[in-house]
Amino acid sequence: MGEFKILEKETLAPEIKRLVVSAPLIAERAQVGQFVILRVDERGERFPLTLVDWNTGEGNVTLVFLEVGVSTKKLGALKVGDQILDLVGPLGNPAEIDRYGEAAVIGGGVSVAAMYPRVKALKGAGNRVTSIIGARTSNLLIYEGEIREWSDELHVSTDDGSKGFRGFTSNVLGDLLNRGRRFDFVFAMGPVLMMRAVTEVTRPYGIKTVASLNPIMVDGTGMCGACRVTVGGKTKFTCVDGPEFDAHLVNFAELIARLRTYMGEEQRALRILEAKGLGGG
Amino acid sequence: MAEAKAKRFVQQEVPKRSVEERLRSFEEVALGYTEEQAIAEAKRCLRCKEPQCVRGCPVEIEIREAIELIGEGKFDEAIRKIKEKNSLPAICGRVCPQENQCMGQCFLGKKGAPINIGALERFAADYELAKGVDIPEVAASTGKRVAVVGSGPAGLTAAADLAKLGHNVTVFDALHSPGGVLMYGIPEFRLPKRIVEAEVNYVKRLGVRVKADVIVGKMIRLEELFEEGFDAVFIGTGAGLPTFLRVPGENLCGIYSANEFLIRVNLMKAYRFPEYDTPIRVGEKVAVIGGGNVAMDAARSALRLGGKVSLIYRRTEEEMPARLEEVKNAKEEGIGFLFLAAPVAFLGDGRGWVNKIECIRMRLGEPDETGRRSPIPLDNSEFLVDADTVVVAIGQTPNPLAVRNTKEITVSKWGTIKVNPETQETSMEGVYAGGDIVTGDATVISAMGAGKKAARSIHEYLMKK
Repeated sequence: MGEFKILEKETLAPEIKRLVVSAPLIAERAQVGQFVILRVDERGERFPLTLVDWNTGEGNVTLVFLEVGVSTKKLGALKVGDQILDLVGPLGNPAEIDRYGEAAVIGGGVSVAAMYPRVKALKGAGNRVTSIIGARTSNLLIYEGEIREWSDELHVSTDDGSKGFRGFTSNVLGDLLNRGRRFDFVFAMGPVLMMRAVTEVTRPYGIKTVASLNPIMVDGTGMCGACRVTVGGKTKFTCVDGPEFDAHLVNFAELIARLRTYMGEEQRALRILEAKGLGGG
Repeated sequence: MAEAKAKRFVQQEVPKRSVEERLRSFEEVALGYTEEQAIAEAKRCLRCKEPQCVRGCPVEIEIREAIELIGEGKFDEAIRKIKEKNSLPAICGRVCPQENQCMGQCFLGKKGAPINIGALERFAADYELAKGVDIPEVAASTGKRVAVVGSGPAGLTAAADLAKLGHNVTVFDALHSPGGVLMYGIPEFRLPKRIVEAEVNYVKRLGVRVKADVIVGKMIRLEELFEEGFDAVFIGTGAGLPTFLRVPGENLCGIYSANEFLIRVNLMKAYRFPEYDTPIRVGEKVAVIGGGNVAMDAARSALRLGGKVSLIYRRTEEEMPARLEEVKNAKEEGIGFLFLAAPVAFLGDGRGWVNKIECIRMRLGEPDETGRRSPIPLDNSEFLVDADTVVVAIGQTPNPLAVRNTKEITVSKWGTIKVNPETQETSMEGVYAGGDIVTGDATVISAMGAGKKAARSIHEYLMKK
């Protein structure tokens, strides 16, 4: 059927890949904040990726991912012209994009790419946008140019200090607030520890803070409840109630524990994959 | 003479895989009748002038005629007779609660054992699948296009019936494999996926197109299906949303909804991890909460994945809604049953994993609106049950995704779509619905009955248009 064909492939940083995939129905409907569920091959898992970009006219979507487990390694092994077996979306609720005034958008690691449509949309809605992006080290920093283009202000941090501020993006935000900067809206997306740190930084200031959560998902349509999170004491399904929630109400400790559910199995599967190789990928 | 009479009251026993084999295998448990057994069982039929069995069949199979043909060894004719009414006989023969339907009505059942109609249906269907399926002639094309949303038992039945009437049918499904609950819900050991694939294939060969990975309501709205050129729509999206107990600790790791547990095991084949990529965690002590078929399926799956499994049900065995055969299988396999108990909290191990369930004891009160005696909690009856894996199987609710953004469709406060029960028509012109999305979670066969009824109404609607 020629569906979900890979049109472009690029290595953005070691183990971080960018794919442009043909998916006209998804491209036509996609909105900021939404995600897709993929299955790479017949034996593959279903897993979510946030849409990084979409081109309605050309009928394609852009995905950026870190090759961290079996599924993402299999995805990364596909070549231009190959097909992703299943791609379904756009899922989740579109983001609320308002004119807040001063907005800070904070992302870490591979999620910096998924920040990009948010930065664009917030800027487009008339906000003054401060972007804070981070990575472990400078060569893992991605989408810096794209985000700079749409930001009024860009801060970069690396854990090892190889570029920009030495430390975490949450530290950068903390410093700005300490020095008297005020934000009306903060959006965080990235590793769960980073999102929790950002949430704690903004909590004393009472700044509206939204996080895009990344729990384990299976179907992505509300059927399984694998992605349930506690928000304000209530159980929510990230796939249909989210993926974005008021970060100050999210039980991050529970999310962290649930994300580790299959750590043992994931490592075992990865060892097996590495031992036998990706079969010509 | 007396002996022959006595024989008439005894059912041919369906051969089953041994319990030892079942404990570590997802292979099908019931093995099906041999030809000799099928003929012998069919010959027990009394050939009632007014067969009661048919009245118990939601899809109106001419059961007596089909049984007679099997008894004469005319298996090809028998399956053709069954398929006049039922497009999915290999599935129904395996999963229908026959004891409440055709077999429950069988006259022989008053004196002895009813005819094992389910096993005979399965026999005829498997006979045909093994030798190659005949595709009946479909009516000349009407030029009308019908969209079917959801490829479960309701959708497949509606699609097959409409295709036979000459309509151009496209089925959409949100998941990657068609079959709905037959694929993601019912385990391999009860309904092998190759059987579902074969039945879906039959529906496709009737001319039905099946499109996976399409979420109607998200990727394309219901209204847009008409803009795309469809003349009518059938919604059979099922009861896909899990119900939780809403007690403290329910989000601890190790606690699954039955949906998640079964989707991982059945649809994603987690029981074959790491050969398949989707993992599942089954600990040493598994507790399954609930008493229906889904609870039985989850319990028996967990057992095969190495757990010691107990089922916790708030009423007694008598009120359990599960199919008798499955309760019997579960007992044989060593599932423990804890009746008249219900969880009030899940307790963690301090690292985010469940390790105990706090339960209370119940007693039975007066019958409720469903006719079952309702459970009443006993004061100060709390006790603890050890469990490192929990599956919550207390029911599913309708999946609103397909119609959430379509105001023209009237939905009840339970999220079910309101229809005219005679025609399955919804409040929106040209849109019909049936199955669990209308009734709340029920059976495969009742969904098929609704799909059949809807197909008839849609046909009438299209031919008048």
